[in-house]
Amino acid sequence: MNATKWGFKKSLWVFHLNAGACNNCDIEVLDCLCPKFDIERFGMKLVGSLKHADVLLVSGSVPRRVVPDLIEAYEQLPQPGVVIAIGACACTGGIFKDGYNFAGPVDKHVPVAAYVPGCPPRPEAIIGAVVKLLGKL
Amino acid sequence: MASTLGLVLSFLIFPGLFFTAVMGLATQWIDRKVSALVQWRVGPPWYQPFADILKLLGKEIIVPAGARRAGFLFAPMAGFAAIGVVSTILWLTNLHGTSFVGDLIGVIYLLTIPSLGIILGASASSNPLASVGASREMKLVLAYELPFIIAIFTAVTKVSPMTLRLDGILEYQAANGALLGNVSCILAFIVCILVTQAKLTYPPFDIPEADTEIMDGTHIEYSGAALAVIKLQQAMMLFTLPIFLITVFWGGLVFSGWGILYTIVKYVIIIVIIVLIKNVNPRVRIDQAVRFFWGPVTVIAVVSMILAILGF
Repeated sequence: MNATKWGFKKSLWVFHLNAGACNNCDIEVLDCLCPKFDIERFGMKLVGSLKHADVLLVSGSVPRRVVPDLIEAYEQLPQPGVVIAIGACACTGGIFKDGYNFAGPVDKHVPVAAYVPGCPPRPEAIIGAVVKLLGKL
Repeated sequence: MASTLGLVLSFLIFPGLFFTAVMGLATQWIDRKVSALVQWRVGPPWYQPFADILKLLGKEIIVPAGARRAGFLFAPMAGFAAIGVVSTILWLTNLHGTSFVGDLIGVIYLLTIPSLGIILGASASSNPLASVGASREMKLVLAYELPFIIAIFTAVTKVSPMTLRLDGILEYQAANGALLGNVSCILAFIVCILVTQAKLTYPPFDIPEADTEIMDGTHIEYSGAALAVIKLQQAMMLFTLPIFLITVFWGGLVFSGWGILYTIVKYVIIIVIIVLIKNVNPRVRIDQAVRFFWGPVTVIAVVSMILAILGF
């Protein structure tokens, strides 16, 4: 395994994108950073700018209005980078799948590396998803 | 060390860029670990800052449309090189007594170059948030340079005969005890710690790169290796500024017998003070920061200068 790949697995910087979520998944994402779960143990941290991120955490059902922004956000993510869909809405559409403004779950527009179902998913589930994803990288 | 090759090697490897970067990253781990302990967390493993840099080196560099490419990419290198020179000067003075006339002024000048590089790079990136960050950084530089220079010149005044050479200051301290034994220099040292906080853009003076407010401000558009250079430069600042304060105020670095332990203790005390100030303070507004530095801090610096002239 070369050095940059090792570094990538040991230091995932996370950017959090709310694509039309009800804010519940977002609260659970912030829970991961709290002292109880402390994902900085694994080198992960929340960054302010998309240009610094390795992981794009997308939550929400992606309404039609958000689609161009989601695609642009993915294009701005420096490669190598991965997308993780957080919550039932981001994975499948959830209860909004028949909504008039529903424009498909996240993976219709950008490639998704891991899905975390749940409404909202528990912080343990989010951490578990990232750990499984790290094993696959 | 007189030969050119020796000087180039000492700039590139020891005690210049490479050594400073490694030590700076190790110090950054101490910073993050202590912050985690203060916040009742476990904190990252010891190799975390190194993993961050390695990862950033392997990532794509995105240059935003409308940015000035050369200015955007080379501006961080200026600060990186400048801080390497500062570290080389300080360590060669401490280890071999290699010094030249006015190197104190050179060091004070070179310590502003990283801020200047960040301002140039942010202005070249054509991002409005980066412009806001750059203007705040500019105001912060204007705010802290005045008390910083007055505080450093307190030490210069205290040394007799008055000298602008770092080795002169070190020789005086070796003969008469550390400058921190004097009232005037304690005040100047407090001023310098506060200025260090602002130079590192740590809370409460992290106004130019406020995470939650302007999204890392000055380096919002940097990615990949360019961001790695900025992170390395910050780590090297974190390593070099305490060394500078120890050299000027606290007897310098001594590497004989028990001196090694004493040197490490001095360094760790300064780092822990900086990290604790960082962790117990919220971010202030830029006008509050300027008022703070031009008000109470400058007054303390001037008082310490007067005390030094009166001989305390």
